[in-house]
Amino acid sequence: MKELRLMKGNEAISEAAIRAGCDGYFGYPITPQSEIMEYLMLEKPEERTGMIVLQAESELASINMVYGGAACGKRVMTSSSSPGISLMQEGISYMAGAELPSLVVNVVRGGPGLGTIQPSQSDYFQATKGGGHGDYHIITLAPSSVQEMADFVGLAFDLAFKYRNPAMILSDGAIGQMMEKVEFDEHRPRFTNEEIRKNTPWATTGKTPDRERNIITSLDLDPARQELHNIKLQAKYRKIEQNEVRFEKIVCDDAEYVFVAYGTSARICQKAIQLAREKGIKVGLFRPITLYPFPKNEINELSKKVKGMLSVEMSAGQMIEDVLLAAERNIKIEHFGKMGGIIPSPAEVVEALEQKIIGG
Amino acid sequence: MEENIKKDNIRKEENLVYIKTKLMTDKVLSYCPGCGHGTTHRIIMEVVDEMGIQSETIGIAPVGCAVLAYEFMNIDMQEAAHGRAPAMATAMKRLMPEKFIFSYQGDGDLAAIGTAETIHACNRGENITIIFVNNGIYGMTGGQMAPTTLPGMKSSTSPYGRDVATMGNPLKITELIAQLPGTYFVTRQAVHTPANVRKTKKAIRKAFENQKLKKGLSFVEVVSNCNSGWKMAPVQSNEWMVENMFPFYPLGDIKIEGELVK
Repeated sequence: MKELRLMKGNEAISEAAIRAGCDGYFGYPITPQSEIMEYLMLEKPEERTGMIVLQAESELASINMVYGGAACGKRVMTSSSSPGISLMQEGISYMAGAELPSLVVNVVRGGPGLGTIQPSQSDYFQATKGGGHGDYHIITLAPSSVQEMADFVGLAFDLAFKYRNPAMILSDGAIGQMMEKVEFDEHRPRFTNEEIRKNTPWATTGKTPDRERNIITSLDLDPARQELHNIKLQAKYRKIEQNEVRFEKIVCDDAEYVFVAYGTSARICQKAIQLAREKGIKVGLFRPITLYPFPKNEINELSKKVKGMLSVEMSAGQMIEDVLLAAERNIKIEHFGKMGGIIPSPAEVVEALEQKIIGG
Repeated sequence: MEENIKKDNIRKEENLVYIKTKLMTDKVLSYCPGCGHGTTHRIIMEVVDEMGIQSETIGIAPVGCAVLAYEFMNIDMQEAAHGRAPAMATAMKRLMPEKFIFSYQGDGDLAAIGTAETIHACNRGENITIIFVNNGIYGMTGGQMAPTTLPGMKSSTSPYGRDVATMGNPLKITELIAQLPGTYFVTRQAVHTPANVRKTKKAIRKAFENQKLKKGLSFVEVVSNCNSGWKMAPVQSNEWMVENMFPFYPLGDIKIEGELVK
């Protein structure tokens, strides 16, 4: 039975985590995502499912709690917003190196530095290119509704365990704070000890006589073996790129132009499409749902059919680099965006399309 | 006479005073000859073996000389980022309260970069064991000044001796965390003589027993030598440790059963 609720995007993440069989949440307060831990503390998930919730002393501690829990084969997560996510990059890099499944939620706010508490999409590079040190990627999902905030929690955990890799939900302050109706799946149970031993035989659950000891580490001082490990990681990323691309196309069939946008920007573009079509401009929306892996092939296909693309992002233009790499170069491709926590209006988006793409 | 000193004649049941614990792997230790890490590793593994908890024990290795501790201990282990072991241990114990969780950390790891994680895990009274090897120097990176380097002590980043006016004082983190209500058992030991090894082993055993009894956090500091980093011969370094480290870091229990030792 589905259950219909009206709630904030941040709260939807929390409720979905309890229902996804999450074993532990470790976090540190930061605006605009503090409702995630507040909801969990209020909801007492330990009584509902046995899920642990702990307020850590810092984001460094949170992410390393996630590391410790993930290494034991548990479904564990943390959440934060941009400055906190920067602090977590160390732990995320270690987890990528040690191949640990985990979920990190980033409810993005404007930067750089302490920036602002208003929504932004300026952490795209950090999320999709491997924000810490070393050659790695994390699976990045970009919700554009409260419903997707909820739906992507279970999906992110599944992908993380499928590939033994950290996954991120890259949201923003607008989706985190806005209220919408959201339908929840029924609870799925937490992993039993038996399932952990069977499904994650690498996990540090205590060395029993029937197996060798398990070691979770990202260290290998031998360069030849470290290179082999990196080659293995890269092969995994290619597999993720092949299998896990997700996207949505809205009125692209007859489109002469497309907006490429995710998250809050994609919502704005949907309204912008209406305005533009009232003016007779045939424009559609291509919405990447996975930012890593990026839907390169689909963008390329689309670029063969349209006259121009406008990458709409609440940033100085980050995703546009991936759009440019993916698309055919004989069409007009430009970026339009606002920075510092400003959300562009649909009218501004249409104006940018007219000026930068159609008239440009 | 010659016949009597053959190996097979010596290795008899009645002559057996010591065997290597089976919970130490056959991997050759990467520590410098004379260093206290090897002994500390061994007695932890002896305790785990004697308590029969190999299948329930998960250790965390630090960044520092003991970064490869997992190569030597035949138990499940995780390798932490520098200083973060107490955070990892916190989650591991909360998610698997029936397991025995310990971190093994050096002075730079525990008392400099990981100070926040150390203090907060102790303050929350996590039901874990922290083994803290304090040799007053960064051994792995080549002998730089540590948070516990003594005043006036030379290191590669305090080549004229630690000047407390500009470099700060050594941090007595063990006394500091003993003040926190979350710590249950806090002790400072050493492994430079057989008698001290026995005492340290007893303390480690107590620390693990405390986990079983859900008593809260047990913290065992082992003051150790770093003959390479201190640029001394092993025996000389132990003598120097007794003369200089012990007066500043006195051995003995600091907190027992949640009460500070007067």
